[in-house]
Amino acid sequence: MVSSSAAVAGHDDHHHNPHLAHHFEDLQQQRESHALGMWLFLAQEFMFFGGMFGAYTIYRYFYPVGWMAGSQQLNVTIGAANTVVLLCSSFTMAMAVRAAQLGSKKGVIQQILLTMFFGSVFLVVKYFEYYEKFEHGLMPFSTLGLEFTNVVKEVPGAQLFFSFYFGMTGMHALHMVIGFGLFVWVIIHTLQGKVTPEKHSVVENMGLYWHFVDIVWIFLFPLLYLLGLNGEPVIGVHH
Amino acid sequence: MSSDGTLNYLNVTHGLKSWLLTLDHKRIGILYLIGVSMFFAVGGLFALLLRVELLTPEPWFIESDTYNKFFTLHGVVMTFFFLIPSIPAIFGNFLVPIMIGAKDMAFPKLNLFSWYVYMVGGFLGVGAIALGGVDTGWTFYTPYSSGYASSQVILAASAAFVAGFSSILTGLNFIVTIHKMRAPGMTWFRMPLFVWGHYATALIMILGTPVIAVTLLLLMLERGLGIGIFDPKLGGDPILFQHLFWFYSHPAVYIMLLPGMGVISEIISCFSRKPIFGYNFIAFSSLAIAILGFLVWGHHMFTSGQSVYTGVVFSLLTMAVAVPSAIKVFNWTATMFKGSVSFSAPMLYALGFIALFLVGGLTGVFLATLGLDIHVHDTYFVVAHFHFVMVGATVSAYLGALHFWWPKMTGRMYPQTPARVSALLTLFGFVLAFLPQFVLGYLGMPRRYHTYPDEFQLLHVFSTAGASVLGVGFLIPAIYLVWSLFFGKLAPANPWFAKGLEWDIQSPPTTFNFEETPIVKEEPYAYDGPLPDNSEEVLKAGENYGV
Repeated sequence: MVSSSAAVAGHDDHHHNPHLAHHFEDLQQQRESHALGMWLFLAQEFMFFGGMFGAYTIYRYFYPVGWMAGSQQLNVTIGAANTVVLLCSSFTMAMAVRAAQLGSKKGVIQQILLTMFFGSVFLVVKYFEYYEKFEHGLMPFSTLGLEFTNVVKEVPGAQLFFSFYFGMTGMHALHMVIGFGLFVWVIIHTLQGKVTPEKHSVVENMGLYWHFVDIVWIFLFPLLYLLGLNGEPVIGVHH
Repeated sequence: MSSDGTLNYLNVTHGLKSWLLTLDHKRIGILYLIGVSMFFAVGGLFALLLRVELLTPEPWFIESDTYNKFFTLHGVVMTFFFLIPSIPAIFGNFLVPIMIGAKDMAFPKLNLFSWYVYMVGGFLGVGAIALGGVDTGWTFYTPYSSGYASSQVILAASAAFVAGFSSILTGLNFIVTIHKMRAPGMTWFRMPLFVWGHYATALIMILGTPVIAVTLLLLMLERGLGIGIFDPKLGGDPILFQHLFWFYSHPAVYIMLLPGMGVISEIISCFSRKPIFGYNFIAFSSLAIAILGFLVWGHHMFTSGQSVYTGVVFSLLTMAVAVPSAIKVFNWTATMFKGSVSFSAPMLYALGFIALFLVGGLTGVFLATLGLDIHVHDTYFVVAHFHFVMVGATVSAYLGALHFWWPKMTGRMYPQTPARVSALLTLFGFVLAFLPQFVLGYLGMPRRYHTYPDEFQLLHVFSTAGASVLGVGFLIPAIYLVWSLFFGKLAPANPWFAKGLEWDIQSPPTTFNFEETPIVKEEPYAYDGPLPDNSEEVLKAGENYGV
């Protein structure tokens, strides 16, 4: 099966290149592998969130009024503002990738810090949003002593809506927090001089991850917040 | 293990640290072999205890609560920690890079990481046992699991959740490796069917596993925080849990089966000394099974509140899986037809696979039939069916792979006679254990029951006897394989005169597998008839080869 005398690339040819791992033949193969790996990772993320979006869709179909009533408890203005903040973070993330392509260490770090800043603003706003839900008795965590006492409870399905609201936004926020950890790692990586114009998969993949997390929010915002604008107020609207 | 002085992946470095921090896909495969064998022993022990308890119609040495915990732990351990990782994580890891002419998997660090993730999952599972066990069944059905069970549900679910990530990362590594790391000339249709099987498996791992992850996460949130995703009291739907659960867990059966089918293609072709019949059909039927597998989950809910229309659609789709499965069986049979068949231990396991898979697969068509399924749903008939597929077929393939590639992995030969005896013993023990269960189920014995009417006792005793024989059949290989590590004859590079890149390199291979990147010029399975029976090489190897 093998003609062992003919070697395409001598095993030792590329050992002088510090950016090339031993088991790859060349930088292109390495780069393509990293990119494909990241896309596959995002495919599994898609299915992970897909499970929740699927369950959301089924209950939205079971309880259209409850979903409407639940959604009307959310603050569209704050949600929209936070969406803009997150989009800004996506922009700076794209700038970080660009800086990596140009080989600007400083640019990468600056733009990632900006991205982390926008991400933090988003999470702080989220904290106050959650707090508001707590004050209004909209937290459905009965085993933690946080009973769902809001008057909207009377509408069948409204409490379930908030299970999904916290489940989905919570999972989204968790992904952002994990992203922060990865950002720190990317910054260290960059400071060590491991990000160069010919090898910057780490920054590229970080960008893909961050954009994916943003896209999840782009779907969450209409499904959770804008849904309630679509009809007459059901009950106990605060905003 | 090699004592002839040559350097290989096993003796190149020494010490525990060199193993626990290894990035070599072959060493990681061995690490998985150790972990998986451990959990197989645990799961098997629980199975034997269950069978012993079922010798009598009334409880005799464990209480019903304990019985519930035993069958749950048997299911959880065997499914998530043995069957799903077994062939891909051990043999896939070891062989996929070699078979395509690569030096390693695309992401060696990720590969090692996924072993640690798997072990953490495993110890969470063992922790759940140690802290009192779980009694929900391995399926964790709500609302019992989320609201009523007072056992270690969260710990056991998190064990499966964590193990899932190991599976996802392994699948990701396979796909990137197969896409990007093939040697020059190794075109898609020159890849061994073992690699095709793993490609299809990896697709399921990546697309299916995250769904069980989010489902178990929602279950844990519901149980831990009291949110009502599946809780009928809050408007939730427990059937939704079943839908999400089986969306992964049915395809998971094909995670267990497809790599095994890849193993069988390799073994059958080698020991028939003929090119595999219908290469393209076998390759594409793997993909077809992977895709169809995602469209059949509803057959688990024929009796639990699904519309008749939906039931009919799922019934037809489920029957459709029989088509690619049958294509494989026909092609293996056609490969053997007029071949020069010899009965070495790996071949005996492969033949056992075909026989048991045939029964398991055909009874799957029975169960896909709506009317019949109403009668035998949740009975021993179902238990027997899935054990034929998951234990009969997959474990045969697993042991076949172990016997086929053991010389390559360890550099040692094992004795053929006890290997052949144990192959036949496992086949006999398995059939004795599970054939009576088809009858029991048809007569109305429900699964997961601790007690049963007196008239079922004879069949239960047969089943327990078979399980005991099966246990012995598993024990014998453990003994002679370990023995072979120390006393076995040194293995040549190609003890079976097989085709494929892994047989062109030394046994055991060196760390980077190939001195120079190979250039592949030959079609796969280029076997050219029987071995000349007077060749010196063959005569010398005769004892091992079984000619």
